Amino acid sequence: MTGVRVLVGTRKGAFVLTSDGNRRKWDVSGPHFGGWEIYHLKGSAADSNRLYASQTSGWSGQVIQRSDDGGVTWEPVGNKFSYEGTPGTHQWYDGTPHPWEFERVWHLEPSLDDPDTVYAGVEDAGLFKSTDGGHSWQELPGLRGHGTGSSWQPGAGGMCLHTIILDPATPGRIFTAISAAGAFRSDDAGQTWRPINRGLHSEGIPDEDAEVGHCVHRIAMHPSRPSVLFMQKHWDVMRSDDAGDSWREISGNLPTDFGFPIDVHAHEPDTIYVVPITSDSLHYPPDGKLRVYRSRTGGDDWEPLAKGLPQENCYVNVYRDAMAVDSLDACGVYFGTTGGQVYASADAGDTWTPIVRDLPAVLSVEVQTLP
Amino acid sequence: MIRVILPAHLRRLARIDGEVRLEIAGAVTQRSVLDALEATYPMLRGTIRDQETRKRRAFIRFFACEEDLSHEQPDALLPDEVAAGKEPYLIVGAMAGG
Repeated sequence: MTGVRVLVGTRKGAFVLTSDGNRRKWDVSGPHFGGWEIYHLKGSAADSNRLYASQTSGWSGQVIQRSDDGGVTWEPVGNKFSYEGTPGTHQWYDGTPHPWEFERVWHLEPSLDDPDTVYAGVEDAGLFKSTDGGHSWQELPGLRGHGTGSSWQPGAGGMCLHTIILDPATPGRIFTAISAAGAFRSDDAGQTWRPINRGLHSEGIPDEDAEVGHCVHRIAMHPSRPSVLFMQKHWDVMRSDDAGDSWREISGNLPTDFGFPIDVHAHEPDTIYVVPITSDSLHYPPDGKLRVYRSRTGGDDWEPLAKGLPQENCYVNVYRDAMAVDSLDACGVYFGTTGGQVYASADAGDTWTPIVRDLPAVLSVEVQTLP
Repeated sequence: MIRVILPAHLRRLARIDGEVRLEIAGAVTQRSVLDALEATYPMLRGTIRDQETRKRRAFIRFFACEEDLSHEQPDALLPDEVAAGKEPYLIVGAMAGG
């Protein structure tokens, strides 16, 4: 029987939630790496037992963990992330040049076809790759070095590369997003890069239509239609129909277009999900009501999904990497909150149930659909 | 035989129960102790000192014989009691919120 495995990274450890295809009863395992911040963990599409986790702490820095048995046991692998060549500088909060310094891994993206190949998006923003199962890491320096890197500035959460999307149809095409630099695309497996931010409009930066400097929070893509991208920007929900060459706003009737995650239904490429958040200074849902919004039209026209979600006194946030979907026939949608709840919907968002309610603040949620 | 006590989160990472005991050939210094520790437990590389610069991480402290040795030079000799195994070398996570 098919099943799902939900991989949850929190402020104080990782948790693995498993269920059969009905998604009604859940087994909760964890905390793994208790006390450490787990920014992200994700399984390989080529081997569902191969998982990678980013384990980090202010005391002891970065550790990368790997599991070869679906998260039952873990082994630390390589944690040396050295920028290629002379790291150079980016802009600091006060506008002065600041040397590139590795802080942590925000996102791990396993290759689509090789369990031993995995990409890491890091703070200070850079893209690294391992081809030996995480034992050693090499930077793909063309991203930082393509020309605009010295003008990048950190967002409030740090200058992090938080989104990595591997195009399943165009070999060598990779999308990344950086806060607060913007979106970037490589068409040659990460050797060379260019900004893809045309059409983004951001108040709060000197040139509102600048080539870089936009605070992109998340990008999502449906694998069957990889030239269409959906973006939750700091403010504004955006869509591109040309692999990021241009963007248009699709915020439509959302109550607020500020938010962090965005994701796409597993079987309907024009069904997308966001979690509207009040504002950049009020990181909680409008009116104390936690609502996912779904568009079945690829944007512009949105409907609130509230059944099973708290509709009073709810002031949690949902971080950028904390929403995911499974690929069962009735698409499952999952998200985690800063209040430690992980909510699941087994009917594409119509109804929601908490799998767990009292975890540490959730940083990331990923889902594996198991054979 | 040098005795080293790690903070709990690093003992869990390295799967260590209790004290670590290390044989050090030559001078017993912060550097030689950490070199031996990391050689025995490679997963600790980068968690106590930076892998490139070898500088102590900001929120890690080194104590021994009721003294804070965190700011000693890496090649300074550690106290005789540590070198003789009478007192442990304490690697400590600094008190900080969270």
